[in-house]
Amino acid sequence: MSRRWLVIAIPMLWLGVFFLLPFLEVARISLVDPAIARPPYTDLFQDGVFAGDFENYKLILPKYFYGQDNLYITAYLNSIRIALISTLLALVIGYPMAYAIARAPEPWRTVLLFLVILPFWTSFLLRVYAWIGLLKGNGVVNNVLIWAGVIDQPLVMLQTDFAVYVGIVYTYLPFMILPLYANLVKLDGALLEASSDLGASSAATFLRVTLPLSLPGILAGCMLVFIPAIGEFVIPALLGGPDTLMIGRVLWDEYFRNRDWPVASAVAIAMLLLIVGPILWLQRSMERA
Amino acid sequence: MRRSWFLWLTAGLGFLFLYAPIASLVVFSFNESKLVTVWGGFSTKWYGELLRDEQILGAAWISLKIAALSATGAVVFGTLAAYVLLRVGAFWGRPVLRGMTTAPLVMPEVITGLSLLLLFVSMERALGWPAGRGMMTIVIAHTTFALAYVAVVVQSRLVDMDDSLEEAAQDLGAGPVRVFFDITLPVIAPALVAGWLLAFTLSLDDLVVASFTSGPGASTLPMVIFSKVRLGVSPEVNALATLILAVVALGILLAGLVLRRR
Repeated sequence: MSRRWLVIAIPMLWLGVFFLLPFLEVARISLVDPAIARPPYTDLFQDGVFAGDFENYKLILPKYFYGQDNLYITAYLNSIRIALISTLLALVIGYPMAYAIARAPEPWRTVLLFLVILPFWTSFLLRVYAWIGLLKGNGVVNNVLIWAGVIDQPLVMLQTDFAVYVGIVYTYLPFMILPLYANLVKLDGALLEASSDLGASSAATFLRVTLPLSLPGILAGCMLVFIPAIGEFVIPALLGGPDTLMIGRVLWDEYFRNRDWPVASAVAIAMLLLIVGPILWLQRSMERA
Repeated sequence: MRRSWFLWLTAGLGFLFLYAPIASLVVFSFNESKLVTVWGGFSTKWYGELLRDEQILGAAWISLKIAALSATGAVVFGTLAAYVLLRVGAFWGRPVLRGMTTAPLVMPEVITGLSLLLLFVSMERALGWPAGRGMMTIVIAHTTFALAYVAVVVQSRLVDMDDSLEEAAQDLGAGPVRVFFDITLPVIAPALVAGWLLAFTLSLDDLVVASFTSGPGASTLPMVIFSKVRLGVSPEVNALATLILAVVALGILLAGLVLRRR
């Protein structure tokens, strides 16, 4: 009996200390004031008296209520917008790919699936970096378009929201394709045949049979892209412009540039509130699967 | 059949989108010119430059050590977590453990990084440990988030495993420890290898969590690359990317050969 508890206790303790406890720390430090000290914040209890307040949260509110400026709310809304658009783009690109892989004959199916996963094993940072060379003013994409006569002047693509969409879609496309594939591969071909036998056009069959049946895959894929996109730091930092504010980047700057740990913590809590819904939903659907 | 070519065309473009950037990294690593995007003739000089770059080589060594240590830690704790979730029966903390092993998969890196840093700072103040931040703290951080991925891989293997094997061993009088080491472990070993490689890759790739939990003197490879890349494109980084690709491709080829021989 005691041995059983030892086995249970080891992972519980590790995760309790290094996963759960850190969140309590973030919550605690989001309530104190920054200070010029090491570490750079005041104590939550001073002389045994509770000294925390919600000043950091007030600070990140929009100007309309208490806030200092609209930086944080802009970043918050920007993150939601960029994550939503990227998720939709990934769905539009990923769906036909997943569908084609699921319909491919066997030796091809494994090869194509492997090709989807392969980039994941190479460096994420370097794959994002590759887009700098492609999207630059005198980069590959502009050179090809000018050579093909599509444009005369190089387009400004790097350091724009467009580049951030491209980076997010590129990075998280496999996360969209895999759950979609897992769903579409189980799709019963007899249903499609029945639908066309009953006179439905292929478009109608897709819209009324395939699409509704693949909804769980679509939702899982969208969550897997949306959740990391919300907190993304590297992609907006490398591909976005100075005004591509995203909440992950704001948190990074509060910590590394302003050394304001309490505000960074408050931003982290605000970010958590944004993604806790999608995370819980994803977890429930994973348990059901 | 008309819809079929449309499907294959979109899928083909999708794969082009996935692989064109990688191809461009490789092509421009052999470029004579420093302007990464203009072709100035074939050259391997950036590889020479890379191999003389002490900063990159040092950081690569640190990164490899951290990745090996944290992947090993993640396999130990991740396997234990998966085993506890699926094999020891119900206990009061199971929902909590399940939550803690899946949440790191989707936690934004900036939050994981910041929260662990705050924990390390407070622990140092209260307990005197860990004294300062560096390799040790990065290893702990990477172990914690990679553990979740290992747990997923091992759990799916444990679910597929025929548990009558374990029952038979138990009926023949083997204790739970013996059953685990003689029966369960050999059966799930491929998942442990896959989990270790996954954790190793995740650790080697991580910029954000390492930046938060690192201290002076412990710059990992992604940290050095990031600071270089922020200043603009550099053919040396392309050469490094090509080498990493070559190693990954070689590893996959070897894995394929080993699996085929079985």
